[in-house]
Amino acid sequence: MTGAAVAARPLLEVRGLHMHFPISEGVLLRRQIGEVKAIDGVDFSVQRGETLGLVGESGCGKTTTGRCILQLEKPTAGSIFYDGVDINTLSRPEMLALRRRIQVIFQDPYSSLNPRMKVGDIIGEPIKVHGLVPDAGKRIARVRELLSVCGLDPSFADRYPHEMSGGQRQRVGIARALALEPEFIVCDEAVSALDVSIQAQVINLLEDLRERFGLTYLFIAHDLSVVRHLCQRVAVMYLGRVVELADCDELFDNPMHPYTRALLAAVPVPDPAIEAGRAFQPVRGEVPSPINPPSGCVFHPRCTMAVESCRQARPELRELRPGHWVACSQVN
Amino acid sequence: MTAIANDPPEIRRSWTQAARLFVRRQPLGTFGLVIVVVAAIAGLSAEWIAPYSPTANDFAAMTEPPSLAHWLGTDQFGRDLLSRIIYGARTALIIGFVSAFVGGFAGLVLGVGSAYFGGWIDLVLQRVMDILMAFPLIIMALAVVAIFGTGVQNVIAAITIPLIPRCARVVRASALAIREVPYIDAARTSGFGHARIILRHMVPNVVAPFLIMLTAFVGQAILAEASLSYLGLGVQEPTPAWGLMLQGGAEEYASTAPWIAIFPGIAIALTVFGFSLFGDALRDAIDPKLRER
Repeated sequence: MTGAAVAARPLLEVRGLHMHFPISEGVLLRRQIGEVKAIDGVDFSVQRGETLGLVGESGCGKTTTGRCILQLEKPTAGSIFYDGVDINTLSRPEMLALRRRIQVIFQDPYSSLNPRMKVGDIIGEPIKVHGLVPDAGKRIARVRELLSVCGLDPSFADRYPHEMSGGQRQRVGIARALALEPEFIVCDEAVSALDVSIQAQVINLLEDLRERFGLTYLFIAHDLSVVRHLCQRVAVMYLGRVVELADCDELFDNPMHPYTRALLAAVPVPDPAIEAGRAFQPVRGEVPSPINPPSGCVFHPRCTMAVESCRQARPELRELRPGHWVACSQVN
Repeated sequence: MTAIANDPPEIRRSWTQAARLFVRRQPLGTFGLVIVVVAAIAGLSAEWIAPYSPTANDFAAMTEPPSLAHWLGTDQFGRDLLSRIIYGARTALIIGFVSAFVGGFAGLVLGVGSAYFGGWIDLVLQRVMDILMAFPLIIMALAVVAIFGTGVQNVIAAITIPLIPRCARVVRASALAIREVPYIDAARTSGFGHARIILRHMVPNVVAPFLIMLTAFVGQAILAEASLSYLGLGVQEPTPAWGLMLQGGAEEYASTAPWIAIFPGIAIALTVFGFSLFGDALRDAIDPKLRER
């Protein structure tokens, strides 16, 4: 860790996180025949007040990482420190207190709201359960306030989710996340299910809320332009590992890992003339199976720079420039 | 609204519109509903509509065929069959509804709980359900009555117990799908307790298939009650019950006074048929795949 990191303790620190899902076979005598290595040794930290982007193609383990932080999955190995405390060692009441501080915004605004509950109850329920506002009348006022903070009319409290549009529902999801006054929010593809125009509105809302409430985000996404706009630092994941981690501008202007370069090159340029003249070389092959990932560097079968040593040794994250970490033995 | 319109907005209709649509699309189901309603009215207002007391003996008019005085005739003790069938509807519906609802709700909670907790709790619960399911309903009910004895409460218990696993099975299947939905994850990240997540977030979302099953269960429970009473293990004399009437009539008077057995038989068949038709139609009406055609 750098000197700055010691001075300011990170709000969230993930160390050596592994999440392997067993694959079992047989009805009576179940036996494990393999495991899906969804996360295979992930390290990163998030400073208070910053937004860390977590990007990668689908299946690379970014959502699973978020679920481990939210304690929706129990990691196979590794630890998650929140504000200096290992969250796996917490007792039930301590865990409950921590749940208040970490909240989530989901991708799909349709399935993330209980269709049988009114919006007011969806947002009010966590407030009630945690006893933040015990008085029912004041709680309704608080729900209405949260709705207007998220850019919705307070009268929406009496509606059911199906009576709202996707963008409105996503705002309800954000209001629910804010209900417990958290400091850290995992945004799991929070805008990728939305229309482009609504995406922009929701991104602006997320930025406003970050300023207003001093929030810290882990922004899981696959849309690089959104990440560039919103994040201070970006971690790129591939097949359950972080391959590159750097400040946002540094990563986009000076990508070092061959996978990051390929990923950035795949972003189309919004100008047909430039796009037509661009030499575009897609990454060869398919993402290997996380059940049996390649040895050494997981990217070597598809990498243009791979040499023999890439097959054997797994490259660790190295700080090649200040704050720019790359897991590749071939770049310097 | 291109990217986000991945499922069509739910169509909300008023109750009257929904009812009208049901009548038009489900004529058989409507017929079933009419039978159910007639049986319910008979059961609820037996005191006012039954022409005679169901237990009053008239020894001057024993085993009389249907006449103007006794529309459906009298039995071997001179009791008016129509009155006994009307009062019998009450017995059948009380036992049918109580068993179906108690068994249904127990199955609902067990099924959702089983799916929610998963792991070894699910495994153990499901194997216990398998064992209960291995016996046909009537055999299971016979065993319970043999242990606890006869009488209305015990008959209800005897019919309730075998209904629990049948309900738990179906509910568990729906609940397994609900468990993976993000709003359940949201409830967990909000730190809600297991009971709150199960009762407030999962149960309301599996209630549609559950209600349909409940309708079918009432019919099944009525049939089971009639079977138990016919076998002499259910409701005891002189309580008016269809199965009991059938037994009394079928054994000795099948050839000399067939109406004693025929009319309660028709009552049983019609009521069970009515509940089944209504349940099937309800399932079709609620199933969104069959709804818009």
